[in-house]
Amino acid sequence: MDFRHFFDSKKISFIAIFAVLTTFSVAKATTYAAPDTAAATGYEAHADEEFEPTKVIMEHISDAHDWHLWGHTSIPLPVILYTDKGFEFFLSSAFHHGEHDHPGKHYTYRLVDKKKIKVVNAAGAVDEEASKNVWDFSITKNVASMFLSVIVLLLIFTSVARAYKRREGKAPKGLQSFLEPIILFVRDDIARPNIGHGYARFMPLLLTIFFFIWVNNLLGLIPIFPGAANVTGNIAVTFVLALIVLIVVNVNGNKYYWKHILMPDVPWWLYPIMIPVELVGVISKPFALMIRLFANITAGHIIILSLISLIFVFKSLAIAPVSLAFVLFMNVLELLVAALQAFIFTLLTALFIGMAVEEHH
Amino acid sequence: MVGSIAAIGAGLAVIGAGLGIGQVGGKAMEGIARQPEAASKIQTAMIIAAALIEGAALFAIVVSLMGL
Repeated sequence: MDFRHFFDSKKISFIAIFAVLTTFSVAKATTYAAPDTAAATGYEAHADEEFEPTKVIMEHISDAHDWHLWGHTSIPLPVILYTDKGFEFFLSSAFHHGEHDHPGKHYTYRLVDKKKIKVVNAAGAVDEEASKNVWDFSITKNVASMFLSVIVLLLIFTSVARAYKRREGKAPKGLQSFLEPIILFVRDDIARPNIGHGYARFMPLLLTIFFFIWVNNLLGLIPIFPGAANVTGNIAVTFVLALIVLIVVNVNGNKYYWKHILMPDVPWWLYPIMIPVELVGVISKPFALMIRLFANITAGHIIILSLISLIFVFKSLAIAPVSLAFVLFMNVLELLVAALQAFIFTLLTALFIGMAVEEHH
Repeated sequence: MVGSIAAIGAGLAVIGAGLGIGQVGGKAMEGIARQPEAASKIQTAMIIAAALIEGAALFAIVVSLMGL
């Protein structure tokens, strides 16, 4: 079935944006109803606590069940659990930032360490045995942020694709002239030199990888609401990206590729060493892709957050301008890294595909 | 204590990566100075080599992050 007509009308895109914004604002309104007294006492409790940079930083770069806005206000996100007794749906505001347990349909749940949802038994203790049967499919902060980036990408690329259809043969205009050089760069500098003949088949994959990583990196750099999720710095996300590369490379590998792995041009008695090494090479290439993207983006976030933490570690206002200047510098550097990592991931993907589809030997 | 040693490990990894990427960058500069017309090819090869070195360093960083 052809779904293209869904994206054809400009009206639909505006409705989509409007719907997303309304959903978020409605959800926001619900948090305001949270008791103010708790917030007031919460601040006092924070003042007594020793500031622990490691804890704060790890909290900021990890996934969460709510999207933090400011102070004690955050957008609750839906929690979807699959238990041995069936599905369970509720909003994460039911936990009150982990202060309350939520009595669900099948079990009572508790939010442990702001991340893991565990089952609580009648005595009020965490039941580890029962928690093993609970599968968490929640829309977490990272998932919500990925939805947002997908909406952004769809809006940009459907409008640009429409412009190409409407203005065929004419000079590009507006968003078109911003994206055309980037797309041509991916084609002429990444795909064609590394894959060679038959590169066109892989262009959709390479462009999707490039723009998905780039947009998510940039969204992660925005310190306030629509960004601030560490999507490409989450190892699960980069794992799936690397898994896609692994599958594409090996499915498209021709007989020369497999001969190089299973029957390399070495004396036969070296086979017991060479074949395991080559097989490890098949896995280790995407594995390095996964670690590279994850570590780069996470390291960038950690550096920025550490520089901010300096202010609170020294408890001094004088350090703030220095720290802020460094944060600004790092943030600008991260803008470069965001594009560079998207480029490297795409380039290495193209390189691996090129090695797998190479004809002559 | 474990955290401090992890920090030393991260620092050591950065020394290695710095030496490696410095070598790659320096040699690429020399290459471009000798043959400016091959600049774009040298640049691409340089970025790939730098990314591979960086990958090795990042493995070490991730291991020391686990110790933090």
